[in-house]
Amino acid sequence: MRATAAEQTQTGGLVLLSLASWAIPGAGHLWLGRRSKGLVFLIALPLMFALGLKIQGRLFPFDMSEPLVALAALADLGIGLSYFLAGALGYGTGDVRAVTYEYGNAFVIVAGLLNLLVVIDACDVAMGRK
Amino acid sequence: MRSHLLLLIVFAFFVSLVFAVITKDDLREQVRFGGLLFAGFVATALVLGWLMFPFPL
Repeated sequence: MRATAAEQTQTGGLVLLSLASWAIPGAGHLWLGRRSKGLVFLIALPLMFALGLKIQGRLFPFDMSEPLVALAALADLGIGLSYFLAGALGYGTGDVRAVTYEYGNAFVIVAGLLNLLVVIDACDVAMGRK
Repeated sequence: MRSHLLLLIVFAFFVSLVFAVITKDDLREQVRFGGLLFAGFVATALVLGWLMFPFPL
């Protein structure tokens, strides 16, 4: 059964919303008019990510020979454009000798995973589930 | 910033904040749930830390 034009438009909008929400944490909620929630995500998640990099967290590479490293890279990527920006600016090399290395990784990875939850929440709101 | 306790508290704060804002819509409920989550994170970490204290690595 073919989707109607309205359904296709709705699906397209949802994809665009998800992409925006992923690229810039909180953008999806701001788009949907949930300003306070969007602002909290917009400030808290990049801050958590930046703090993780500051305390020697690492941006993991997509190394498929090391499944756990690849999964960590996937989680890192969850933060959106900040991931590419940090990489381009030379952050996220990580120093395994640093006392805070593991904490830094936890901050960076969890910031990415939390942003993915925020994307799902934005989709739920857009679809009228919340 | 090298204090493990401080980093644990900051981590718990961010995670609690995001979870509270995602799951609750009302500000009072967000504060209540977020506070509960934050206290749970910190208390659990402290209790587990004390329980693991006798075990050598």
